[in-house]
Amino acid sequence: MSWLIVGTVPEKNVPLLWNTYTLQGEYLRIDNLQIPVNRGTPALLAAMFLAGQVLGLEPVQTVLAGDIGTGEGSRAIYDALASDTDHCPRGVTFHYLMPDIQGHNAVLWNLEKRSPVPLLVADAGFMYAAKMSGFATHYDLFTPDAGEMAFLADEKAPHPFYTRGFLLQEEERVPELIHAAYAQENAARHLLVKGATDSVVAHGSLVAHITQPSTPTMEPIGGTGDTLTGLVSALLASGTPMIQACHCAALANRYLGVLAKPTPATSVVELLPFLPQALEHALRTAPAYDVSAT
Amino acid sequence: MKWIRALFARSTPVSSSMSEKGMLLYPSTGEVIRAESILRAAGIDIAVKGPPPNLRQGCDMVIEFPLVHELRISEILEAASLSPLRVVVVQDHLLEPVSLFHSKDFGDFLMVRAANMKITVDKHSHTIVNISGGGCPDVPYLAHMLVGKTLDQAPEPRSLGQTLCGYALQLAFQEVRRLCRG
Repeated sequence: MSWLIVGTVPEKNVPLLWNTYTLQGEYLRIDNLQIPVNRGTPALLAAMFLAGQVLGLEPVQTVLAGDIGTGEGSRAIYDALASDTDHCPRGVTFHYLMPDIQGHNAVLWNLEKRSPVPLLVADAGFMYAAKMSGFATHYDLFTPDAGEMAFLADEKAPHPFYTRGFLLQEEERVPELIHAAYAQENAARHLLVKGATDSVVAHGSLVAHITQPSTPTMEPIGGTGDTLTGLVSALLASGTPMIQACHCAALANRYLGVLAKPTPATSVVELLPFLPQALEHALRTAPAYDVSAT
Repeated sequence: MKWIRALFARSTPVSSSMSEKGMLLYPSTGEVIRAESILRAAGIDIAVKGPPPNLRQGCDMVIEFPLVHELRISEILEAASLSPLRVVVVQDHLLEPVSLFHSKDFGDFLMVRAANMKITVDKHSHTIVNISGGGCPDVPYLAHMLVGKTLDQAPEPRSLGQTLCGYALQLAFQEVRRLCRG
């Protein structure tokens, strides 16, 4: 089993699903269900599918459940992952889940029983739970934006909603926030901080700044962070070393903006047709890193 | 010598642990959001805050209220079938939610951010064109329900939201509506 994507679907009646999936037009197809790719985990899955085709990946598995904020679907996922003994993925990407510290801990401890322990990537709600649990350093990669970076840097904040200080100009203060997050062991071993400048961090050291190409209208579009997490997950699943994968994914997401020429009203679904070309271009242009640096 | 120690012990000022504030605890953030709306509509001075560390589960908030109004609050909430799980006296400083907004002008579009949530509207039609940010599972659902509607047509995020991200979106929604109405 290559890689596992864990997240939720914004619909009430989607049961717990654990299977491979395909992308057909603007829909994911899994277990005879069609799930629209609007944003959130379906957007991540769509990006990973398209990137997987470019990279020649074997089919990726996903654990999904419907959750519109009640936490029911998330609880079903936490329970399934905490009790699973059958699967041993090379890596796991956690995404939109209701932050639940106890649920998080049960899942993490179960995964850490595997040998080897899967590469662990966390974004969105599960990243919030990972930080609050005190086990952030057990993860290989977090993918926060600048606001979420401020949350990781604030040792007392249980959620970005309560982040103290750093409320404005977070983008300019990212290096300071990174330092604070690592000082308090609230960061994963690597960070891909997304924003006007994308920053790649390894063990507390800033190893890459990516500022170009720049498409400011990507910021308001819901789902562009999800496509970035999908891209980096696909690159990691293909065996690309961590820093290289982060840099290449950030570049590909930026080329997506250049190719699609979006307005602030563009949807992420309209960006996806450009993703294969954007990734191919990033694979050709991303700098090579010394593997030992990762 | 015992009497001397007793004398000093008595003269030590007694620190007051009395608090004028209480907090209402609910099993889910969605219930907090509904209780807040009802209490505000009743004109009670309340505040939504983060729970103390020993009561945190992950995506939580509590309602802080003046203890003097506890009886009235209990009656209002009981009538609305929204009685809290517990009522606790506030012993410590509670975390304040984010209260600053950041807006960005994209020409025909305006984006407003509150905490980790962003909402973007067409400045002329007031149509919500995008919602981004956040990490709780109601965010994609809220985006699905709001995008494409005008600020007047769209349901308030607090009427659908169940999490702190949903609450942050409500704040951004209110701010962008204020800015659009001038």
